[in-house]
Amino acid sequence: MPEVVMPRLSDTMEEGVLSRWLKKEGDAVRQGDVLGEIDTDKATMELESFDDGILEKLLVQEGTTVAIGQPLAVIGDGHSTARPEPAAPAPDSIIPSAQEVTSPAASKPVPATTGVQPGAGSRRLLSSPLARREAARHGLDPATITGTGPGGRIVRADVSAAIAAAEVDRSRLAGQAQPTDQGTQPVRPPSSVPDSVEVPLTQVRRVTARRLTESAAAPHFYLTVVVGVDAMFQFRSEVNERFADQGIKVSVTDLVVRACAVTLRSHPQVNSSWAGDRILAHRRINIGVAVALNEGLIVPVVTGADAKSLDQIAAETRSLAEKARAGTLTLQEFSGGTFTISNLGMFGIDNFTAVINPPEAAILAVGAATEEPFVEDGELRSRRILKITMTSDHRVLDGATAAAFLSDLKRRLEDPLRIVI
Amino acid sequence: MPVITYRQALNDALRAELTRDDNVILLGEEIGIFEGSYKITAGLLAEFGPERVRDTPIAEEGFVGAAIGAAMLGMRPVVEIMTLNFSLIAMDQIINHAAKIYGMFGGQTPVPLVIRMPGGGGQQLAATHSQNLEVWFAHVPGLKVVAPSTPADAKALLLAAIRDNDPVIFLENLSLYNTKGEVPDGEHVAELGKAAVARKGTDLTVITYSRATTVALEVARQLAEEGISIEVVDLRSLRPLDRETVCASVRKTSRAVVLEDDWLSYGVGAEISATLMEGAFDYLDAPVRRVAAAEVPLPYAKPLELAALPDANDLIKVIRELLDASRFSPAATDPIAPATR
Repeated sequence: MPEVVMPRLSDTMEEGVLSRWLKKEGDAVRQGDVLGEIDTDKATMELESFDDGILEKLLVQEGTTVAIGQPLAVIGDGHSTARPEPAAPAPDSIIPSAQEVTSPAASKPVPATTGVQPGAGSRRLLSSPLARREAARHGLDPATITGTGPGGRIVRADVSAAIAAAEVDRSRLAGQAQPTDQGTQPVRPPSSVPDSVEVPLTQVRRVTARRLTESAAAPHFYLTVVVGVDAMFQFRSEVNERFADQGIKVSVTDLVVRACAVTLRSHPQVNSSWAGDRILAHRRINIGVAVALNEGLIVPVVTGADAKSLDQIAAETRSLAEKARAGTLTLQEFSGGTFTISNLGMFGIDNFTAVINPPEAAILAVGAATEEPFVEDGELRSRRILKITMTSDHRVLDGATAAAFLSDLKRRLEDPLRIVI
Repeated sequence: MPVITYRQALNDALRAELTRDDNVILLGEEIGIFEGSYKITAGLLAEFGPERVRDTPIAEEGFVGAAIGAAMLGMRPVVEIMTLNFSLIAMDQIINHAAKIYGMFGGQTPVPLVIRMPGGGGQQLAATHSQNLEVWFAHVPGLKVVAPSTPADAKALLLAAIRDNDPVIFLENLSLYNTKGEVPDGEHVAELGKAAVARKGTDLTVITYSRATTVALEVARQLAEEGISIEVVDLRSLRPLDRETVCASVRKTSRAVVLEDDWLSYGVGAEISATLMEGAFDYLDAPVRRVAAAEVPLPYAKPLELAALPDANDLIKVIRELLDASRFSPAATDPIAPATR
């Protein structure tokens, strides 16, 4: 009798959360049917059936975290005979049938919220009765609270954390509002407020922490170049004005994505990764673009970026970023990157160093465009510059190799036609 | 206060009631000359004579029926059935007669009867002699069902059961007979239908009864060392069920596990879970969990028998899962309910 097991859906996946069953016990299923949904460390994936038959038993409840390879359900011919349970104290892994599951949020509609809800598309708000009651008592909208219980259930601890955070904010504001000319005692937060508030880890935060800790094992070195970007900015405005009617809108990041992709063609060492006992040089050039979310960081990937036109790249990065914020990225959309770009220019950061996204060999940190004075033909002029810093894995790249790539990239960025040709 | 065994506490209670009230009589298999299969009636035949302490044939339906008749005519019989498992033979008498006579005949006559039965697993007595059938009785209106976990409760509840005018099923777990505890001398009577908070705590309630209470208290002691404060509610009485004490405890701790020696499906835990849904829904921070015996005829082989019965490790595992599911941390300061730790 075939068992459906938790599949390995990504390189970094060790376990998944069976977030939703789409089929119920007794349903006839065919090979390829979607049985349910699985939340992996970064996305919601479909659980497909590899067999035809009757879905005889669901072995885990929605919201259960299951290790790879562990059974989730049993598909059979629908005539299996009941056998006694194994002789061990019976755990409570009983799945209520669909009709019996009542939505915890059914009592009243959840008000729409302004903040972006992680995966709030069609997900029900899960909350323990106690958490819902306490949230209401303190005038908190449950939709604004991050649930850290099974399957994202909001539990009382989450409400407490939200209340404590609000208290801390309030007392900080109160502290600022104190008149300073009266020599008053420094304001202390009320004693009921702890000095630090425990912030529960989201799955994305957990993965980010683990991956970047892995990254720390790589010996990093950093190279920074200053790029004059007057021409590039000029080029970008022209493109955006000229093709506005076609809905084309190119960002600095899009230009950098394409520039990197094209430059990587002639620098295959940079488009490589460390594989423990060997180096893998990748044939495809897949550029990851780091996107900051409320609950962490995610890096969607523009695959085969060197073969895509600038407007294609622009459309793709926009849709990837939207999907990332809505939590609907598919696994393919954030895996397989060979080189990553992290742009903090929009946050006014002049320059910074980024941490490599393993197993890639390098990451490019892009700062904000700033104006600076410079001397040309004996005259003092001003120009706009961008500082870009590449972090490299010294196991794969040496200074000279990385420098050669970076100076080519600089030349390309300063001569924008070479970005598109 | 004297420290005595659960066995001795029962013996003391029977002696006290035989002395106090001439209408109290004992009937049962091997209770006289042999002084009881488990020696609960030691010395009573010698002291009170064969009129008051009567050996019966191995005919449960017959002697339970005789006791019901005696009770209807003003006696207060205390029946010992050699093991709970033999009560199956007397089910018709217990459920169709003892439980219903008062109601069916318009309250003309009460049936002040006590049926004492040792039961439970863990003694290598195999599947037919190791059952926990408490819910078979607790399901029936007209019966009262008690299951004391300590020597003091054994005495207090047996005195109350003998004095009560309804038929009372008095369940004794074999593994408790040799346990010791402080038991007050003289009058020590409990009210039937009242649970006891056996240990106070703030983080999670374990609801349990009979032998399982001793397991729960041991687990509570262990977890206290980790800063986890477990409250143990000993039901003591399964019918009437003290729903208020159960709900009050869980309204305080917000988490509940039921530890029961019977089988999981339709067991005591199912009733407690429903009770909590009705009486403490808004206070639950996680689903109610149950730890019960494996759903198999209890194996004879010792390792298998031990594996099938719920133990401290099973309980701890479920408690940890429940605490994790509601993000419990012993040191967390909680603005909602300032910790009393």
